[in-house]
Amino acid sequence: MNNDQVVFSVSKLNFYYGQTLALSEIDMLIQPRKVTALIGPSGCGKSTFLRCLNRMNDTISGTRLEGQILLDGEDIYAPNIDLALLRQRVGMVFQKPNPFPKSIYDNVVFGPRVVGMTNKKAELDEIVERSLKQAALWEDVRDRLNDSALNLSLGQQQRLCIARLLAVQPEVILMDEPASALDPIATLKIEDLIGELKRDYTIVIVTHNMQQAGRVSDFTGLFWLGELIEFSVTAAMFTRPSNPVTENYITGRMG
Amino acid sequence: MLSGMRTNFDRDFDTISQDLVAMGARVENALEEAVLALSKRDIPRAKAIIAKDTEINALRFKIEEACIALIATQQPTAGDLRAVIAVMHIVLEIERMGDHCAGIAKTVILMKEEPLLKTLKKIPKMGTLSQQMLNDCIQAFLKRDTNWAREIAARDAELDKLYRAVFNRLVKIMAESPELVTRATYLLWCAHNLERIADRVTNIAEQIVFMRTGSMGELGH
Repeated sequence: MNNDQVVFSVSKLNFYYGQTLALSEIDMLIQPRKVTALIGPSGCGKSTFLRCLNRMNDTISGTRLEGQILLDGEDIYAPNIDLALLRQRVGMVFQKPNPFPKSIYDNVVFGPRVVGMTNKKAELDEIVERSLKQAALWEDVRDRLNDSALNLSLGQQQRLCIARLLAVQPEVILMDEPASALDPIATLKIEDLIGELKRDYTIVIVTHNMQQAGRVSDFTGLFWLGELIEFSVTAAMFTRPSNPVTENYITGRMG
Repeated sequence: MLSGMRTNFDRDFDTISQDLVAMGARVENALEEAVLALSKRDIPRAKAIIAKDTEINALRFKIEEACIALIATQQPTAGDLRAVIAVMHIVLEIERMGDHCAGIAKTVILMKEEPLLKTLKKIPKMGTLSQQMLNDCIQAFLKRDTNWAREIAARDAELDKLYRAVFNRLVKIMAESPELVTRATYLLWCAHNLERIADRVTNIAEQIVFMRTGSMGELGH
């Protein structure tokens, strides 16, 4: 793969919580406008890895990182990096929907206001409509934009969080178990949405649900005890994995 | 590495495998009976083969339904998925082998009391060889033994050789004695059915390689 076609280029990444090595020698290339799924048992390092990609781990004291993560060729751990801008470019959706206790409208315009994209009502209106449409929520909420976001269903709240993130026009969307708190219908809506979003955005998703990884992703990486055991095209991994650990994990034979 | 964690999947797949073995045994029996019916000109035996073919067909549908249910409920992946897909291919092949046996039985009925031709010697040989291939192939399936599967597939060459010999002989008879054309044609059908059975064993061998390794390809020539 040519490095020009890569969004994230991760090389020789080690990550420590205190003295504990949580990620070891991770190399990964993440391609643009593709969905990359990260799977593996609890504690394998997949969420830690995801959080390295927008430096969310910086908020945890005693952590240390070695190696390199390039975003569009730029070292995101370089001293001069603007963290707010990084997290604008690389947004994150969490396991539990976390809308602000504000109106639907204010949730979506929060980011654009903070980063100073605009303060003009007409432009903000436009951003709200575009973002909610992209998050497949517009039809549900167009008549009640001033209602509290907390009155939405959990699935709608999660799509609102995605809309809030889209409002600041990110490049990459990181998703940490985005559907694990949702019922099957809301889960499918999120999965459909991921399929739509990948036309414009690069998506990296952590999931415990292997079938979900199979349904939504183009590439899958299996983490095991802090190592990236296998990284390949999803269809290949789910039909003929090359590593016996992967075979045992995805067929449910790993106890 | 731990194994046996997927008790539901493994239990259901074991049942499917047992049904597949039972289906294979029925077709082996049908094959033996078909060659006997032909050698002995035994029309009741031929009729019994045709009657039992419906049971073989029913087993195929039973196994396919179980495979579909297994995919729907257990969402198998990797080697498990390949095994289920391979079984679906294999039972189709076995079912068609049953049809070939019934085809021989139907020919026996058409031939009525007409005397046989001397070339028949090679036809029972084809029957014995293909029956052994089928039996071994089912065992290789259970053991997931790809080397054995390849060895079985290689035996198809011998069947092809016998078939060509029978074919040439029968064509010669037809050319020399036009009054024997009907009888020779009946025998040609039987030989062709046996040759096709061996081809289908080769297809099963290919599925064994696929389920074990994930690689798809033709075995043999």
